[in-house]
Amino acid sequence: MSGGDGRGASDRPDAGRPGVVRGLVVVALLLGAAVALQLYRDRAYPRPEPTVDELYLASGDAARRLALSYKALLADIYWIRAVQYFGRTRLESVGRPSFDLLYPLLDITTSLDPAFNIAYRFGAIFLSEGYPQGPGRPDLAVKLLDKGFAHNGHKWQYLYDKAFVYYWSYRDPERASRWFAEAAKVPDSPEWLPGLAAFMLSQSTNRQRSRVLWEQIYRTAEHEYMRFNAEWRLQQLDAMDVIDRLNSLLDRYERETGSRPAGWSPLVRRGWLRGEPLDPTGVPFVIGEDGRAAVSRESVLHPLPTETAPAPAEDRPRSGAGDGAAS
Amino acid sequence: MSGRTVLRVARAVFKESVRDRVLYNLVGFAILLMGASYLIGQLTAGQDVKIIKDLGLAAMSVFGLFIAIFIGIGLVSKEVERRSVYSVLAKPVRRSELVVGKYAGLVLTVAVNLAVMAAVYYAVLGYMGWIETEAFKRGWEAPAADPRLLIAVYLVFVQLALVIAIALFFSTFSTPMLSAALTFGLFIAGHFGADLKNFDVVVGDSPVRYVTAALYYVLPDMAAFDVKTAVVHAQPVTAAYVAVTTLYGVLYAAALVAAAVVIFSRRDFK
Repeated sequence: MSGGDGRGASDRPDAGRPGVVRGLVVVALLLGAAVALQLYRDRAYPRPEPTVDELYLASGDAARRLALSYKALLADIYWIRAVQYFGRTRLESVGRPSFDLLYPLLDITTSLDPAFNIAYRFGAIFLSEGYPQGPGRPDLAVKLLDKGFAHNGHKWQYLYDKAFVYYWSYRDPERASRWFAEAAKVPDSPEWLPGLAAFMLSQSTNRQRSRVLWEQIYRTAEHEYMRFNAEWRLQQLDAMDVIDRLNSLLDRYERETGSRPAGWSPLVRRGWLRGEPLDPTGVPFVIGEDGRAAVSRESVLHPLPTETAPAPAEDRPRSGAGDGAAS
Repeated sequence: MSGRTVLRVARAVFKESVRDRVLYNLVGFAILLMGASYLIGQLTAGQDVKIIKDLGLAAMSVFGLFIAIFIGIGLVSKEVERRSVYSVLAKPVRRSELVVGKYAGLVLTVAVNLAVMAAVYYAVLGYMGWIETEAFKRGWEAPAADPRLLIAVYLVFVQLALVIAIALFFSTFSTPMLSAALTFGLFIAGHFGADLKNFDVVVGDSPVRYVTAALYYVLPDMAAFDVKTAVVHAQPVTAAYVAVTTLYGVLYAAALVAAAVVIFSRRDFK
């Protein structure tokens, strides 16, 4: 940094090793000091927690315009956010979790990329999941699938999923049958669909129908997650069958002794059970306060689906429920 | 105009961009794609290949766009600012040859960049396809290293060739900062063609509709080059569409380069 016109000795490039090392040490010291100062500042002036549950863009149309040529990439970002939002709300929320942003996130995802197959199909599963494991909004699941079919008229899967929502969430075999039949009309749909539509109207029990549907999904699922979900549902149905048998044993015990047992040991001692009964995931069944057999809260199968029609969507907590986003 | 001189200038532009370490962005692209392919697998439900396809195509477009704009705006104005234009024009090089050569040189730089990025892209996708099970692959709409993705890469290239022409055009009469702003502005405005075309829905019978309709045809239609979503979902993009869009890009770019030649030829450097 010498003045004047001529270059002094100190202006010459210092290519020597000690010079480089000195320079690196200075850089490390300065960076270290900056990091230390930031640590101090974060402690002295704590930042507010970042708001993670933000939609950023409320309208799918606005998002599409702002994304320029990068709509698919923005759709991927919104899809990752939807998956994470659903998972985090499900895992972290206690009491009355709110899934308000789930539908808007899925709506924006599919507005940005109308061919995003999995966003419609997984999205419908997420939305129709009963409260509090999910938002319990089969109406929004149907809306999302309708949007998917409007954009992709060759995808019979959306009508199939819609039928499934009607059966599984609304317990409405007639409407389910109608939508299975509609799915069967789509060119290149599988030949087993008309049979499924007829089966919905048969005299079978709800559980038998459910088993047939989930087995069908398990066999034909395109995606690992859907196969995994179907396997889980089939395990729940298996557990429900075992619970029925356990309850009949508990009833018999009550008839013979006049009281319900608090655990399984009395039944084992009588030779009615070989040991503590386990659910399909290996977790022991429990006897609830009402004296009925149930899956343990520790089991991934908990809670089991109800076999009656779910409460209407309006009964679930929602503040706008996320269905206000433009599609 | 001598083709040989144009080629010499083009080669010089390409060498200069290599000297300016422009190709370093390829390392950034490779790291981005490989890092993302690992991270995204942890974040999303079985959509990692689709997301890597989207990310790779978007990154190629963005990296190429930055090269096209930030080098394109300096192609002519830098020569004028440095006064090196005097020594160049003192040689047996016509102004038109200089402008066309500069354009061709940057198009070559972008083409080489895109080719290397596409090779890295296919390597990452090929690896993802190789490690996945057959059961998992059944959920894919198209194979990981789908050759149809090249259609999108090709149209990104044509779009960038057009962006270079826009940047070069502004660079012949404007400062680099203003040229960058104008080129970005046209790039963005070029994505709103559909809105301009249908503006009559908003303004009704007003004369504004004629202005917006004229703008729709005058502004470069950047959205036409975007087939990224379609190829990722294995939707058909016809050869006729690619040909018409290429011809549109070539004609528009040629018009801008010709305009740049006219403006540069009339500039007085005294």
